[in-house]
Amino acid sequence: MKETKPVMSGAEIFFECLKREKVEIVFGYPGGATLKIYEKLYDVDFLKHILVRHEQGATHMAEGYAKATGKVGVVLVTSGPGATNTVTGIADAYMDSVPIVVFTGQVATHLIGNDAFQEADIVGITRPITKHNFLVRDISELASSIRKAFYIASTGRPGPVLVDLPKDVINSVCEFEYPEKVEMRGYKPNLLGHQNQIKKAAERIRKAKRPLLYVGGGVIMSGGYRELHLLAKENNLPVTMTLQGLGAFPMSDPQSLGMLGMHGTYWANQAVNNCDLLVSLGARFDDRVTGKIDAFATGAYKIHVDIDPTCIDKNVVVDLPIVGDVKHVLAELAAEISSPPKIEEWWEQIHKWQEECPLHYEKHDGKLRSEFILEKLSEFTKGEAVIVTDVGQHQMWTSQYYKFNHPRSHLTSGGLGTMGFSVPASIGAAFAIKDRPVISISGDGGFQMNMQELITAVYHKLPVKFIIINNSFLGMVRQWQELFHAEKYSFTDLSDSNPDFQKLGEAFGMKSFFTNRPEEVDSILEEMMQIKDGPSLAEFRVEKEDMVFPIIPSGATIKEMMTKRLNPKEMI
Amino acid sequence: MKHTISVLVENQFGTFNRVVTMFSGKGFNVHSMSIGETESPEISRMTIVTEGDDKIIEQVVKQLNRLIDTIKVVDLSGSPKVERELALITVFYQKGNRADIISVSNIFRGNIVDINNKTITIEITGPPDKIEAAVNVLEGYGIKEMARSGTVALKRGEQVKGDKKELQQNNIQV
Ligand SMILES: Cc1ncc(C[n+]2csc(CCOP(=O)(O)OP(=O)(O)O)c2C)c(N)n1
Repeated sequence: MKETKPVMSGAEIFFECLKREKVEIVFGYPGGATLKIYEKLYDVDFLKHILVRHEQGATHMAEGYAKATGKVGVVLVTSGPGATNTVTGIADAYMDSVPIVVFTGQVATHLIGNDAFQEADIVGITRPITKHNFLVRDISELASSIRKAFYIASTGRPGPVLVDLPKDVINSVCEFEYPEKVEMRGYKPNLLGHQNQIKKAAERIRKAKRPLLYVGGGVIMSGGYRELHLLAKENNLPVTMTLQGLGAFPMSDPQSLGMLGMHGTYWANQAVNNCDLLVSLGARFDDRVTGKIDAFATGAYKIHVDIDPTCIDKNVVVDLPIVGDVKHVLAELAAEISSPPKIEEWWEQIHKWQEECPLHYEKHDGKLRSEFILEKLSEFTKGEAVIVTDVGQHQMWTSQYYKFNHPRSHLTSGGLGTMGFSVPASIGAAFAIKDRPVISISGDGGFQMNMQELITAVYHKLPVKFIIINNSFLGMVRQWQELFHAEKYSFTDLSDSNPDFQKLGEAFGMKSFFTNRPEEVDSILEEMMQIKDGPSLAEFRVEKEDMVFPIIPSGATIKEMMTKRLNPKEMI
Repeated sequence: MKHTISVLVENQFGTFNRVVTMFSGKGFNVHSMSIGETESPEISRMTIVTEGDDKIIEQVVKQLNRLIDTIKVVDLSGSPKVERELALITVFYQKGNRADIISVSNIFRGNIVDINNKTITIEITGPPDKIEAAVNVLEGYGIKEMARSGTVALKRGEQVKGDKKELQQNNIQV
C-alpha cells in the first residue's frame, strides 16, 4: 500500500524541516515577506526565536552560536532591506568558514524582477559570499533545499548558505517528505587523506630537525584538537596558531608558541622562518600570517593539510599536499610516526628567542593599559572563558595576552575583520554556553557598531560581560597612521565624540562600571563575574596612544619586525 | 597560455551565473564561455576558454570544482580534442569583389547565409584558429558586424573495446 504523505503549507514545511535538523534557536526579525512564517511560529514550541534589533546582529549571533558550539546557526529575515542587512554577517561567515543558514523572505515568484516592494536580488547579491544559495521557486523543492542547505553549511569546509523563500511558495501547500539522504553528485567532500601522502608526512616529521606545527581554525572546526594534542605531545613538537586557531592547543602549555604573523610573537615568527619542516593544519597561508610570500618559511619542507583543495598552493606552493578532514589526517599521522624526532637543539633555539624578545608593556607608570586588563582577565578566568573580540588593537592584544586553553573559546572575526562582531556574537554564544563566562571585548569604535543588540542580552538575561577597552581612538587605524601614514590622525580621534558608555549600559538596564585606574580592574572583574542573572558592562579608559607590538608591516618580513615604539632620538 | 576547460554542471537556475560570478570575483580571464544541454537534459556542458599560467589554471579548475553545482571539470589542453566555433560575419561588398568574397568563404568552407545589395553574410565553422584566419582575410573587405559562438569542445573518443552496455551506463563523459 502506498504511504500517504502529509499535506502541509510552506510555512509548516519550513518548521518541520528545522525540527528535523534539530534547530534549537533562530535569530530573526519579521517583515512582510515572512509574515506567514511568523504566523506559524506563534504556535511552534520546539525552538526559541530570538528577536534581534538589526539583521546584521542576527547573523553575527548565529555566527557566535555556531563558533561556540559547532552547530549550525540559523537566521530568519524578511525580503529587501532585511535580507541586505545580513550581507556583512554572511560575508564574515564565508571568510571564517562558519556554518550558518540564512533564510530570507522574498517577494512572490511572479513579482521577482519587477522592482516589487521590498524586492532585492539577494541570491545574486550573496552568490560570491555564500558557499551556496537557493531560490526556492516551487514548494516541491522547499524541503530538499532546506535539507541541502544544512548539509552544505555544516560539511566539508563549513560556510554560510542562504535560502530565499518567495511569499507564494510559503503560502502554497504540498505533500511533505523529508529526504533521508542528501545526494549531490557535484558535492562530495573528501574526508580521508591520501594514505601514501600521510605516510610520507609522518616520515618527514620523524626525520625533521626543526619542525613546526602551524595550526589554523580548521583543526577546531573538524574537532581535531585531541588528535593535535596527541601528535604534538608524543613528538614534543612546537605549535603556533593563527588567530582562528587559538585554543586548538592549550596556550599555557610550554609547547605553544602563541600566535604567528603580523602581530604574532617574535619566537613564533622566528620559528616559522627557521624551521625545516612546516606542517600546516587547517590553515590557509593568509597574508596576515605570511607577510612577504617569497620570504615565508623559505628553508622549510611544507606539508599542507586542508579539506578545501582551493586552499592548497593558492598563496604558498607546498611540497606535500594532503586533502582531507584534518581530524582524520591528524589521527592517522599520530599513529604513523614510529619515533619522535630529535629536536632538543631546536627547542633550545626557540627558548633563546623567547628570552630575547618577550611580550612587553609598560607596567610601572600607574597608567591603565589594555595589555594589563587582558592579562588580568586571563588570570582571572584561568583561560576558561569564552572570549569574543571585535576588530582592532584590543583584538590583537587579546590574542597575545589571553591564554586560551580550549577550542571554541576564542571567537573573533578574522578573515573579514568586521567591526561590530563582538557584541552580537557574544550574545549568540551565550545562548548556548552556560557553564563558562562569555566575555565580549570591544574597542570604543566597534562597540558602537552593533550596540543596539545590548537590549537583546538584557531582555534574555544573558550574563555576558561587555568590556569596552576605550582608548578614545579607532586605535588600530591610529597605529597605522602613526607608523605608516605620516602621523596624520585623520578621523580616528573619538575623544570628543564618544558617548558615556557607563550611562549607556545603565540605560539598557545593565550594571555598568567605569575605571581608568589599574588598581580597580580586579574588583570590577570580580564583581562582573558575580553577576549571573543578566549582562554587565565595563568601560576601561586606557592610554590613548599605545600600540600593538610586535608588528611586521604588511607584506614585509621578520627582519622588518618592530618590537617597540621608537622614540625620536632613536630614529635619528 | 590559453586553456579550454570543459565543465559539466547541473542544469539549474543560476548555475551559469554562479560560474560567471566566480570568474569575475577571482579575477580570472575569460576568452569565451558557452553553455548548452548535454545528452542528459539535467546536465549542461560549459566550455570555457581561459588564460593564465599553470598556477592560475590550477586555481581555475579547483574553484570550478568547489562550486556545488559542478559535476566534473576537465582541462582539455594537452589532451586530444575536437574544438569548434561558429562565426557569422557580415561583410561589405562592392561591384567587382563579390566573387572574391565568395571564394574566400569557399576556401574556409563557409556558407553564404544572407545577401543584400551591400552586404553578404558568411557562416564559418571550425577550430578557433581557422575562424581567426578567416576574420583576418575578411577584414580586408570591411566587416560590418560579426557574432561568434565561443568555443565548444569535446575530448576525442578513444577506441573502445568491450561492452556497449557498460559504456551506456557511464554515459557522463567529458
Ligand atoms: C566595519 C569595519 N569598518 C572599518 C574597519 C577598519 N578598522 C579596522 S580596525 C579599526 C579601528 C577599531 O577601533 P576600535 O573599535 O576603537 O578598537 P581599537 O583598535 O582601538 O582596539 C577600523 C576602523 C573595519 N575593520 N570594519
